[in-house]
Amino acid sequence: MAEKYISRSSEIASRLLGGEVMIMSTADSTFFTLNEVASAIWQAADGCTPLSEIVADKICREFDVDREQAQRGAERFVDELSQHGILLVSDQPLWLAVESQ
Amino acid sequence: MTTLPSTAEETVSIEIGGMPIAMRTHDPSFRRLIENRYAGFVGTSPHSQLEFDIDLYEPSDVASAGDDIDDELEVKIEAGEWLLRRGDFRARWSPEASRGHIRQSPSPYAIDAVLRIVHSLVLARQGGFLVHAASAIRNGKAFLFSGISGAGKTTISRLAPPDTTLLTDEISYVRRQGNRYLACGTPFAGELARVGENQSAPLSALFLLEKGLQNRIEPVGATEAVQRLLRNILFFADDPALVELVFQSACEFASLVPIRRLVFVPDQRVWDIIG
Repeated sequence: MAEKYISRSSEIASRLLGGEVMIMSTADSTFFTLNEVASAIWQAADGCTPLSEIVADKICREFDVDREQAQRGAERFVDELSQHGILLVSDQPLWLAVESQ
Repeated sequence: MTTLPSTAEETVSIEIGGMPIAMRTHDPSFRRLIENRYAGFVGTSPHSQLEFDIDLYEPSDVASAGDDIDDELEVKIEAGEWLLRRGDFRARWSPEASRGHIRQSPSPYAIDAVLRIVHSLVLARQGGFLVHAASAIRNGKAFLFSGISGAGKTTISRLAPPDTTLLTDEISYVRRQGNRYLACGTPFAGELARVGENQSAPLSALFLLEKGLQNRIEPVGATEAVQRLLRNILFFADDPALVELVFQSACEFASLVPIRRLVFVPDQRVWDIIG
């Protein structure tokens, strides 16, 4: 399966409060709250770390979950947020994707 | 646009949350209407932070806009100027010049709407907001009671003991002051149809109202607190920068002011557990 790289959209405002991340789309004011696992993925979404590496380093290690299960959950989370334009997803590091445009 | 004369006699200063806004109209009956509607909030300060010239049109004036207050409200910024538009008014306001112009029907609802919008826009840049909430001062501390229509804002206001100062039963004014917040009275009344007292006090807590079978206060998680607060903040402009400001203000507020759920039965004993 192709690797995924994720980055936070610039059209959002976010804040970490009480261990959870809250996100608001500045385009349509949609509000999201992320649980601890999703918050860890969100905070690691730097556009250049592969999603599989985020899952291995941030999720499996810190939350003691099975690798395959964590990867499936992370893919679902990324798909959902990208549909709302909250996360940007690419099959190459996002700075490369920007340069190639 | 009509250029109106600007004599002191034609100006009414409405001071809400410590911010005087000068309203100028050469229609004496409309001036009296403003003075009566905002009694208690009509300031005497000769210095205003903002100035508006009001130009009235008659509802029968077909060349003017329709006067339906149910028309959709539009608030946008264009070339550094805020444009406010609803069926019963058109307004423009330059934050840089601190001046604006309102063209409206001679109804109090239009000027009420303009005031709410202008205050919410100014407050957003200062970390404050207007919120659908009743508020009151007791023993020097202010409390906010927030909720959608029917949640109990008017009920809790009506049940307040005599030593309580009611700031509003409908729209609360929250101003940031350093690391604390002040709740200020507003003339924006709800079902109680009573203008709030023009006073302010440091905010001690925000209660999310819920009617129940007994009186109790419950903790609320940080994310729920912010989400519920955001739902009740008055927000008019379709502007990404402002959305971000309001979001950050709500988060700041939730990190500095206790937000609790107040489950209550509608009798006076609820006030025993407040404060």
